Amino acid sequence: MNADIPQLKRIACKLRISVIDMIREAGSGHPGGSLSIADIMAVLYFHAMRINPVNPDWPDRDRFILSKGHAAPILYAALAERGFFPAAALGTLRKKGSILQGHPDMTKTPGVDISTGCLGEGLSAGIGVAISAGIDGRDFNTFVIIGDGEVQEGQVWEAAMYAGSKKLSNLIAIVDDNGCMCDDHIDDILPMPAMGDKWQSFGWKVIEVDGHNIADLIRAIDQSKTFTGGPVLIQAKCIKGKGVSFMENQPNWHGQVMKEDEYQKAIAELKGA
Amino acid sequence: MKLMHTREAFGEVLVELGEESNNIVVLEADISTSTKTEYFAKRFPNRFFNTGIAEQNEMGIAAGLAVTGKIPFVSTYSVFASMRACEQVRTSIAYPRLNVKIAVSHGGLTAASDGATHQGIECLGIMRTIPNMTVIMPADAIAVKKAVRAAIVYEGPVYLQFTRDALPVIYNDDFDFTIGKANTLRKGNDITIIALGDMVSRALEAAEKLKTVGIEARVIDMHTIKPIDREIIIRAAEETKGIVTVEDQNIINGLGSAVAEVIVESKLVPMERVGIKDTFAESGRYEELLNKYGLSIPDIVNAAERVLERKTNTD
Repeated sequence: MNADIPQLKRIACKLRISVIDMIREAGSGHPGGSLSIADIMAVLYFHAMRINPVNPDWPDRDRFILSKGHAAPILYAALAERGFFPAAALGTLRKKGSILQGHPDMTKTPGVDISTGCLGEGLSAGIGVAISAGIDGRDFNTFVIIGDGEVQEGQVWEAAMYAGSKKLSNLIAIVDDNGCMCDDHIDDILPMPAMGDKWQSFGWKVIEVDGHNIADLIRAIDQSKTFTGGPVLIQAKCIKGKGVSFMENQPNWHGQVMKEDEYQKAIAELKGA
Repeated sequence: MKLMHTREAFGEVLVELGEESNNIVVLEADISTSTKTEYFAKRFPNRFFNTGIAEQNEMGIAAGLAVTGKIPFVSTYSVFASMRACEQVRTSIAYPRLNVKIAVSHGGLTAASDGATHQGIECLGIMRTIPNMTVIMPADAIAVKKAVRAAIVYEGPVYLQFTRDALPVIYNDDFDFTIGKANTLRKGNDITIIALGDMVSRALEAAEKLKTVGIEARVIDMHTIKPIDREIIIRAAEETKGIVTVEDQNIINGLGSAVAEVIVESKLVPMERVGIKDTFAESGRYEELLNKYGLSIPDIVNAAERVLERKTNTD
């Protein structure tokens, strides 16, 4: 499929605006890590993934797992924009009775393939889905987005070891490598030196990419879909809070609440982009 | 009584089920020779996944298999399923109510000589606290096979706990195992003893001892601790003078607690809980440990006599 890069850029910007609006309306949520992966989500949902919003349970669809489940707003923005549910639902995020929980709930939200939220768990579920595809002879891919702070969880490495050793080439993990956690920058809390080398040593093909360059993301993700030698780890260099100047690379915007003037400034910047 | 291994029965029934359905898959964390999933591994190598010593990943993989229509059995020891991987069980499996069967060995004190690290005395209590989870501990090898089959028919997460040691066979092949429906194994109207798992045969022995002093005990196998059979407990409270519960689990949040929850919300009767008194045990032979940690036949008999005494005092 030929990608319309300007169009994907517009979509990414629209998703970012949705995120800011949703979190403001909800009164809580995680803007930094949502904005960080907006470009990746635009490429996945509007270019790379084989999905059908009319039939969200289609057995042959590509699967998506947001292991860093606190970035739920960007997932909901993408699903609504892609037509999995009406955009009006976005205003109900985190509210009682909503289909949009604070962290993704597969039983409530059309298009959510796995419930996530407690960090470290998504890749393991992705392995189960990928194994199942192999047993059933289905050719779909499973994408898992993991936070770079999340990679500190031991379970991620249990999963990395397993998927690599089993050569699960229908499994693609994307690390949102933005260098920030909740309390501080990763290097000031618990550094993860040579992360790519670690994955590679466990049998993963590692592709490093600028997580905000649509053309590069398309190349990396398209390549990962057809790679047959084992699982692929796309190490996407991202900026936490990307697109809102005062949030960029600021760990405190992991889950901070916006004041009204901050909201106005964020929206103005995104709309002017 | 004839002894049979519950984990052998589990290994055998898994193979039977594997023959019956291609959807059955098994995950193991490096102890298949002990849990007896090795039989399934040999027969169906393509549906057997040994995750290595990584129980958290094991639970997560099971979740992924379940959302794509497989019926995964997760095998490990009870302590690792309920504690090492507790949060994975809760969030990845129970929260979305996935059709995963967590089937574990070495429940209660049966990991005896391995010592306190491997004795799963908290497991049933932990598991029953998790919403959506069904929690079962069968009383013998025959019941294991029936429980596993019932768990497959049931759609949703189930925790099944087996024992390291062989248990006396108390059931015939023709009994009915229904999740959430306890079985009355002995009739009696003086007192009710409710037990589960490896303690059921002990409860029956204690009932015979009580008979020698003229006390007829009803004995109930509460194989499903959640959802618990409220009806049979309330009937016992109405028809007998009181209740004794017996479990080789910590006294907090296990069978005794579950039965007491029903009693305080329905008909108050004197009740005593026989269990491990909020302590870690130690290495030793299984029988020795049961006796040392308050689960001997006389312990059960004494508890029954205390209940009857309390009943007399309140009448």
